[in-house]
Amino acid sequence: MSARHRIVLTVNGQRVERDVEARMTLADFLRESLDLTGTHLGCEHGACGACTVQLDGNSVRSCLIFAVQADGARVTTVEGLAVKGTLSVLQRSFQQHHALQCGFCTPGMLTTAQAMLAENPDPSAEEVRRAISGNLCRCTGYLPVVAAILDAAAQLRSEAA
Amino acid sequence: MSASTSPGAPWIGRPLRRAEDARFLDGSARYVGDLKRPGMLHGVVLRSDHAHARVRSIDARTALALPGVVAVYTFEDIRRLARPIPLRLGPCPGLERFLQLPLAEGKVRYVGEPLAFLVAEGRYVAEDALELVQVEYEALDPVVDVHAARADRSLLHEALGTNVGSHYTVEKGDVSAAFAGADYTRRETFRCHRQTAAPMETRGLLAEFDAAGRRLRLWGATKVPFYNRRWLAGALDLPEAGVELIEVDVGGSFGVRGELYPEDFLVPFAAMRLGRPVKWIEDRREHFVATNHSREIECELEIACTLDGEIIGLRGRLLADMGAYVRTNGGLVPAKAAQFLPGPYRIPNVGCEVFALLTNKTPVGTYRGPGFYESSFFRERLFDLATADLRLDPAEFRRRNLVTAGEMPYGIENLCPFDADAAYDSGDFVLAFERALAEFDYARVKTLNGTLQDGRLQGVGLGCFVESGGAGPAETARLKVAAGGRIELYTGCSTMGQGHETAMAQIGADSLGLPVEAFSVFHGSTTLVEQGYGTYNSRAMAMGGSAVKLAAENLIAQLLAHVARMHEIEPAALEYSRGAIVRREDHRTLATLAGIAAAAQAGDGQARAAIECSGTFNQTRRTYSYGTNIAHVAVDPETARVEVLRFLAVDDVGRAINPLLVHGQMLGAAVQGIGGTFLDELIYDEQGQLLTGSFADYLLPTATEFPNVEVISLEAVPSTLNPLGVRGAGEGGIIATGAALANAVAHALAPLGVKITELPLSPNKLAQKMREARAAAE
Ligand code: FES
Ligand code: FES
Repeated sequence: MSARHRIVLTVNGQRVERDVEARMTLADFLRESLDLTGTHLGCEHGACGACTVQLDGNSVRSCLIFAVQADGARVTTVEGLAVKGTLSVLQRSFQQHHALQCGFCTPGMLTTAQAMLAENPDPSAEEVRRAISGNLCRCTGYLPVVAAILDAAAQLRSEAA
Repeated sequence: MSASTSPGAPWIGRPLRRAEDARFLDGSARYVGDLKRPGMLHGVVLRSDHAHARVRSIDARTALALPGVVAVYTFEDIRRLARPIPLRLGPCPGLERFLQLPLAEGKVRYVGEPLAFLVAEGRYVAEDALELVQVEYEALDPVVDVHAARADRSLLHEALGTNVGSHYTVEKGDVSAAFAGADYTRRETFRCHRQTAAPMETRGLLAEFDAAGRRLRLWGATKVPFYNRRWLAGALDLPEAGVELIEVDVGGSFGVRGELYPEDFLVPFAAMRLGRPVKWIEDRREHFVATNHSREIECELEIACTLDGEIIGLRGRLLADMGAYVRTNGGLVPAKAAQFLPGPYRIPNVGCEVFALLTNKTPVGTYRGPGFYESSFFRERLFDLATADLRLDPAEFRRRNLVTAGEMPYGIENLCPFDADAAYDSGDFVLAFERALAEFDYARVKTLNGTLQDGRLQGVGLGCFVESGGAGPAETARLKVAAGGRIELYTGCSTMGQGHETAMAQIGADSLGLPVEAFSVFHGSTTLVEQGYGTYNSRAMAMGGSAVKLAAENLIAQLLAHVARMHEIEPAALEYSRGAIVRREDHRTLATLAGIAAAAQAGDGQARAAIECSGTFNQTRRTYSYGTNIAHVAVDPETARVEVLRFLAVDDVGRAINPLLVHGQMLGAAVQGIGGTFLDELIYDEQGQLLTGSFADYLLPTATEFPNVEVISLEAVPSTLNPLGVRGAGEGGIIATGAALANAVAHALAPLGVKITELPLSPNKLAQKMREARAAAE
């Protein structure tokens, strides 16, 4: 088949070195080669946000980029969000607000929200809604997700203060 | 679970955080797509790209020559075993003739129909190979709507000589007499659009066959695993005990997942043939053509009432678009739509003629609130057209005709060919209605109807509903006392994101007087309980939850008998209290759960028999939930854009095991329904090609569209039909969304002369209606 390329990247703080097919998506690389199956596939064409991961701090859709494009990058997936084995403030806030039901959209929601909060620690509800407007959820109706993110932002600000 | 709870208090009714959340938050949840087995192969389905065609040939030679491709199966390969996918629910007369085989035999009848199953070493190779399979078609005239179907000019199933899958009439009272003598009648034709549930996870299956032991394991099952196991075992020629269906985490269902589909046969078939595990994961484009559609019904409906607004009759004719085959849900959707046309109202004379029609489109099945969403829209919209004619207040009209608590139980008679006479067992429809009006400040808000506020037209709309759910077949739960007095709870109910693990533990905790933390809940395999059925139609709590309660009662009786035997006293002299068996007279503890479990562990056979027990709950009568939705909208008269300023859903759930979870279900359902009313639409062209086959075209609500949604779940009147009093909570939020929103938009646009009789209320369609109305006025 197509030629293989060697890539070296950091995933959730760990250095990873692998040979990949040129056409392998980053999502499939994470899921199939690294067994990081927390990154989900809801559409595979950039429309649902379930596959969102952070690439050098920005949220990207891992179904839309190839693994080779992540060569040299720092990737954070949902598996990398917990802090020293305990759920982060954002993750706990999702549980507190019942912001997940089936959980399929949740990894994408979390990675998107975390990247947004890093840039904008004090967002309005409207800003939160816009930030996650590319992440589809069929279960929650979004309101609890927005509440969870706003609450996490407030907690993180008071921790920082 | 929240730490602030005290162990003794009742657990039912507490808004406990879900125990199962952690694995979804840290990425360790396991959905079927995440599973890998040694030597696993990947399957893909070759699907028809014609809506209606004869298949002259399928040539897979080039595909098979591609390195990595293992097999391609067509109908010839499955001919010996192939049997049609069964009709499980909704057996309207005649539908059983139109069932689907797992692979097309000689003819395709919808875009997306499976023609072949291709298996390869990896998914990328499998997809490459799929493009190399050559299919030669001879195109036939496609039938793309119900009127063309009824005309029977082009036939989907030639041998049957008709596209009419089922045709029947139901009636209560004397409908013709009621209409003949009525002061006022009004007839309208309504249309509800084709939609699908679109859960975020597509379908998927993984099958593994152990040839030596003749055991098949199938991961990815859900909803009705026990039924599916029986059918699969028969179809694959295996003993039922040799087939295990395993449910892993599931990314939403809403009615469409977990039914038997062609792939449920094809994936295990391939695994058995090849002697290697085979995985198939549906991609999103396939999902739109392969997974059940729903909701597409046209309804001509006529009301008869007195001039002061007492309804005396309702009659309709329903034309339901079934797609190309009848699937597992049979005629449930049109039949429920017809049966519940009168909804929560006292209507003495009701008649309906139902046509279930075959068209060259994806087959239909149930989607959250099946038949109820549609019929609520038809009825409630007609009510507001009638009240406008009669210059009556829409709220007053409904108040006058709602069945009252004093009329319960209220017989709805026999308006469905496969249901016995039915009755609403209990409920206070008026109470839920008044509560919604009061919360919404309806009397004040409705004065805005048709007015311009900041350049936008305002409208307020009502929709009332009743919904059936939660009945037999029987559901079983099993309890086992484990080391340290912990309780293992096994249920046959599936969970698809609803949080049943936590809610079942809450029921178990109250039944045994233990904290929820003492429970481990197991579900998701057909081997866990000897019989069960599944999760659909909001039945998990009513049926499965009640089974847990009965299992606990049986376990207590069994433990008392055991301890009585040990101490040679009468069981009546003992009582169970919070994990201990005590003597009544002096409250001395004679045994504890932990102690009996330890004895069992140490080899005491009697103790071992005492610590494990099942409970089976059976109830064939349905529970009913009911409620009222109110919508307040603003419509831009230029762009036809609708903003939902406020949406309220009030629903009586009878009893909420976990109000947090009930609230989440209702809110999710409401937003799903609001989105479905404005956005989601499966559109076919004249050739029967689906034009909305991706998330770019099939629009779903996102976080920005509908932020003003409120839900209130009442626990006003417990159901009399199960020991918990629950009515079912998964669907109520969605049912009257279309009705209330259509009425709100209609009231907003009334000054322009726009008449709303069709869904969806998409900006395109509304803009067109507004243009037409303006042109007519000129
Ligand atoms: S899977 Fe990547 S956006 Fe949907
Ligand atoms: S929680 Fe199910 S899709 Fe969001």
